[in-house]
Amino acid sequence: MTGEFLDQIFVSTKQWLLSLSFLRGAPDWLIQIASSLLNISAVLGVFLLLFALISVLERKILGRIQNRYGPNRVGPYGLLQPAADGIKLLIKEDIVPLRADKVVHFLAPIVIAAAAILALGVIPYGRNMTPFVIDGGILFFFAVGSTNELAVFMAGWGSNNKFSMLGAMRAIAQMVSYELPLIIAVLPVVMVVGSLSPDVIVAAQGKYTFGFLPHWFVFTPWGAAAFILFFVSSLVESNRTPFDVPEGESEIVAGHMTEYSGFKYATFFLAEYFGMFAISGMAVTLFLGGWHAPIRWLEVVPSYIWFFGKLSVLLFVFIWIRGTLPRMRVDQVMGFAWKFMLPMAFTCIIAAAVWHYQAHGLAGWLWSFAVVAIAYFGLSRLVEKKKFAARTYRFAE
Amino acid sequence: MNTPSFIFISVLTLAAALAAASIKKLIHAAFCLVAAFLGMAAFFFLLGAEFLGLVQIFVYVGAVAVLIVFTILLTHREEETATTGFKWSGALIAAAIFMGLLWTILQTPNLSTDAPLIEPLTVKKIGEVLMTDYVWPLQCIGLLLTAALIGGLILVKEDRDES
Amino acid sequence: MTPTLQTFLIVSAALFSIGLLAALSRRHAIFILIGIEMMLAAANLNFIAFWRFSSQTQSPTGVMVAIFSIAIAAAEAAVGLALVIAVYRHYRTTNINKLDQLKG
Repeated sequence: MTGEFLDQIFVSTKQWLLSLSFLRGAPDWLIQIASSLLNISAVLGVFLLLFALISVLERKILGRIQNRYGPNRVGPYGLLQPAADGIKLLIKEDIVPLRADKVVHFLAPIVIAAAAILALGVIPYGRNMTPFVIDGGILFFFAVGSTNELAVFMAGWGSNNKFSMLGAMRAIAQMVSYELPLIIAVLPVVMVVGSLSPDVIVAAQGKYTFGFLPHWFVFTPWGAAAFILFFVSSLVESNRTPFDVPEGESEIVAGHMTEYSGFKYATFFLAEYFGMFAISGMAVTLFLGGWHAPIRWLEVVPSYIWFFGKLSVLLFVFIWIRGTLPRMRVDQVMGFAWKFMLPMAFTCIIAAAVWHYQAHGLAGWLWSFAVVAIAYFGLSRLVEKKKFAARTYRFAE
Repeated sequence: MNTPSFIFISVLTLAAALAAASIKKLIHAAFCLVAAFLGMAAFFFLLGAEFLGLVQIFVYVGAVAVLIVFTILLTHREEETATTGFKWSGALIAAAIFMGLLWTILQTPNLSTDAPLIEPLTVKKIGEVLMTDYVWPLQCIGLLLTAALIGGLILVKEDRDES
Repeated sequence: MTPTLQTFLIVSAALFSIGLLAALSRRHAIFILIGIEMMLAAANLNFIAFWRFSSQTQSPTGVMVAIFSIAIAAAEAAVGLALVIAVYRHYRTTNINKLDQLKG
């Protein structure tokens, strides 16, 4: 059936490539290395293309939100802009400060890009299309993400610049504070499914009620709350507006990336976007059903198309929020994490336990929704609220 | 478990550890320590305890190393780096202890067997064992971590009433 | 030559003695903490090597002990570094030879 063929086209291509005549007599470890290299090059190729596309689409969408055209000179509708950007950044002079720590300054962009690319390796992109199947895949993803903090510190320290150091400290403080809600928001999913492997989590969301209501975790009360917490934390982890104090130009020049020019700056940029892709991919896997279709009859469309479609929707929401919301102050960011998001994440675990142990019946849904709602309203009353004056509008005459 | 990967990982780890112990500049030593931790995580993967390797990266590289570099940042003074010296008596003691351990290892019989083939240890099995046989150590660790958190906070709190 | 238990034990003994070297022969307080962390990690490696090469590997005892050991090491590193910061704030130095007020 063509649906099956199109769905597995990449898997069968890889198997055909591995069984070519000159590889037939090769020892086992060579075949394994060749298979891994094929996986890695496929993932890198797809995501570098996506990175180029998103960098120009972001500027165009931001432009449209601000009622102007984005870049539209280079190529049709400006879509070849990444090529122009790449050439510009490659031919720039690479300036290293005189008293900077040369080794640390050089290694920081490499470590940060390596961490972002490693995280892309455990996400299931389609049926049987996970690059590396690890039993503790979710733990691997977060372990690699936690090396980001060290790399940001290396960038800030290696530049020998007070602004860089200050920006790096703020970035690390933000990242460490929001790592807790990020990971605790994932715990309800792991608890309900019973496994840390992303493949098993996607498979557990594959059933449909009445043929058209998917069993995605975002449609459960605890799942919706956990998804929102995960999404907000992922905004912080990638240093995007409204949490981009470490990189805002009006705040601290460019934070830890101040002293980097040319290709190293491009590497930081690439690492930030790859981090965005990886964490959106994980959100799709954990909450939005991975590569499953929303309705059973739409399963003929290949699985990777569904995955990248959902990923694009999440990336569009990232860009939309960037164009709409102003920047938060650092103390507001920290207060939000510790006083609101962390207790809310804990109540998601309780709500998931309630839902699970009522054997997914109607009572379970109602009790779980009650737990989440009570926690939300209670917490929002407890967190400091300042009274605002009544709004007055002044229009131009 | 094949030999080239073992030799590669052990050379890397030992070189990074030696660098961490003997480099004069503190920040470079801290980063070499990070490389040594990564090498040890690779050892855990080689030995079949994948969950432990991931926990090692998470805790040691993601938390302990960040703590160390933050403390270096907060206690950094330019003139101190010139006076951090090296005492040779420490090197002698360390070499003596290494010789003693080596002699003990080489004397013990029945240590030259090959690794038996086991099924890989899944996270599910670790979770089951943690919740049934090891639940009391788990609670004690929770208490210990809470005590360490509170203790650390109290130690670095500034006294506001002293000027 | 496939790696045997002996080779793993030798490697972990070497790591332990390098950690001891760092802890005994440096004057900066943080270097000593680096050495201590290395010694703890080497002991973990020992546990896992023995677990892997034992005949009855169905019980994950070695892995459990290593997990608890990592948790304890993290707690001890946090408290130790907090102590270093507190001492620095008071005495303005991290050279352990200068911290001798209790000397008789």
